[in-house]
Amino acid sequence: MSPFDVARQIHSPLSVQDLTVAYRGAPVLDGIHMTIAPGQMTAIIGPNGAGKSTLLKTCLGLVSARSGLVRFWGDPLPRQRARIAYVPQRASVDWEFPARALDVVMMGLYRDLGLLGRVKAQHLDRAQACLARVGMEDYATRQIGQLSGGQQQRVFLARALAQEADLYLLDEPLAGVDAATEAAIIAVLQGLRDAGKTVVAVHHDLSTVEAYFDRVFLLNRHAMAEGPVATTFTRATLARTYGGTLPGH
Amino acid sequence: MLDALTLQLGYNATLVALGATALGLAAGTVGAFLTLRKRALVSDAISHATLPGLALAFLVMVSLGGDGRFLPGLMLGSALSAAAGLWVMGWLTRRTRLTEDTAIGAILSVFFGAGIVLLTVIQTLSTGQQAGLEDFLLGATAGMLRSEALTIAAGGALVLAATLALRRPLLIAAFDPGYARVTGIDTDRLDRALMLLVLAVTVTGLKIVGLILIVALLIIPSAAARFWSESAARVVAISGGIGALSGYVGAALSATAPDLPTGPLIVLTASALFTLSLFAAPARGLLWRRA
Repeated sequence: MSPFDVARQIHSPLSVQDLTVAYRGAPVLDGIHMTIAPGQMTAIIGPNGAGKSTLLKTCLGLVSARSGLVRFWGDPLPRQRARIAYVPQRASVDWEFPARALDVVMMGLYRDLGLLGRVKAQHLDRAQACLARVGMEDYATRQIGQLSGGQQQRVFLARALAQEADLYLLDEPLAGVDAATEAAIIAVLQGLRDAGKTVVAVHHDLSTVEAYFDRVFLLNRHAMAEGPVATTFTRATLARTYGGTLPGH
Repeated sequence: MLDALTLQLGYNATLVALGATALGLAAGTVGAFLTLRKRALVSDAISHATLPGLALAFLVMVSLGGDGRFLPGLMLGSALSAAAGLWVMGWLTRRTRLTEDTAIGAILSVFFGAGIVLLTVIQTLSTGQQAGLEDFLLGATAGMLRSEALTIAAGGALVLAATLALRRPLLIAAFDPGYARVTGIDTDRLDRALMLLVLAVTVTGLKIVGLILIVALLIIPSAAARFWSESAARVVAISGGIGALSGYVGAALSATAPDLPTGPLIVLTASALFTLSLFAAPARGLLWRRA
């Protein structure tokens, strides 16, 4: 790596080098290089099965890589965990679980509270304030399964906000949510970006990429293109990423 | 019977009731985390896997010229064989294509079968003190020693303390394991800790509830508690309370009817509380839903 690359890696909240992931022998991600720009909103897009979720999960240590390097601000994950917030796909959760919206947001304070730390009024206030930021303050005591899909997604975003992280990684945050929720989530994410935080979201709706995001990373097992939306989100790169199956674009 | 429930039992029976209460509290609390993690049936494998260790510990202690029914020795033997069962189960699940429920069934039956063979061997030996080992199948409190009751109470208290210390990561991991791991919670280690706590409760409860029914004391209280609240913290607390009440009432009933095994009495009490919760719990009970 050249000194220039090293500097870029330390500067980047999330960089990936030559990452290969295989599932039962078949490569799901192949030789991925990715350098997320700090203080920007990046969309990871690509067709179904392109490995978008797998890429996020591998970066976060939830899926093991066959080879490659993942760095957060130049460090391996464990050294920077406290600065990273993750919003998993909604489907990954048990909706019958006895947890109310506020309980879920309080989980975001685990690193602050530790095993035995006492929950104080300031912690509850902080969690309540995060619910308010996503417009869910009136649902604090509602059991999580009784909320609509969009409301559930907002509660998970509130949990991530409670962590007061510098990097936000979201897996399909807008999948299956109503228009009001979509607007609310995007407003919160753009607010984070404007406050200097970095946002990376797996995104599936090509028609909103230009309106919502600053940068795109196009993925289809290989890294197809990466850069500012204006110059990278083009007919040519999309055609290359999606092949002949470009969905309505 | 009223005497029994109001603790007019005499010193020994009171100690037994105290031990059963502590055990029920611990089992209800650990059980709540276990069912929230959706691994309730693992406890069935753990409890049945104690039997060979129990019998071997008896044989070892007798051959060393000691008392074959010395409770801490039996608990240690049971714990070791249950740990072996857990290890084999984990290995089968990880290294083969068998799913966990298949591994549970295999371990449960193989270990229990081996234990029954050993018990039968022990009965044919003329050691003169083999009577009573079958009591560990269904639990018996008649003639229980003070030291045994205190050992059980202390075991329950220890398990309870350890479980409460881990409550936060246990709940986060049960709700959303992927998120838990990203937050820095080692979910594999946490799961092993939970299994260890279940194992400790099982071994602690062998004398009172017996190994066949301990699984009920782990599962029924939390199933009942779920009807009372949508908050995990409260479900855990209520589950512990139901477990404690079941332990106490069951042990007290058993004091008035020494011929009945204690385990079934405790489990029937827990089942009665479950039925009550199923119908009468506010908002989620069946009676309220109809209205």
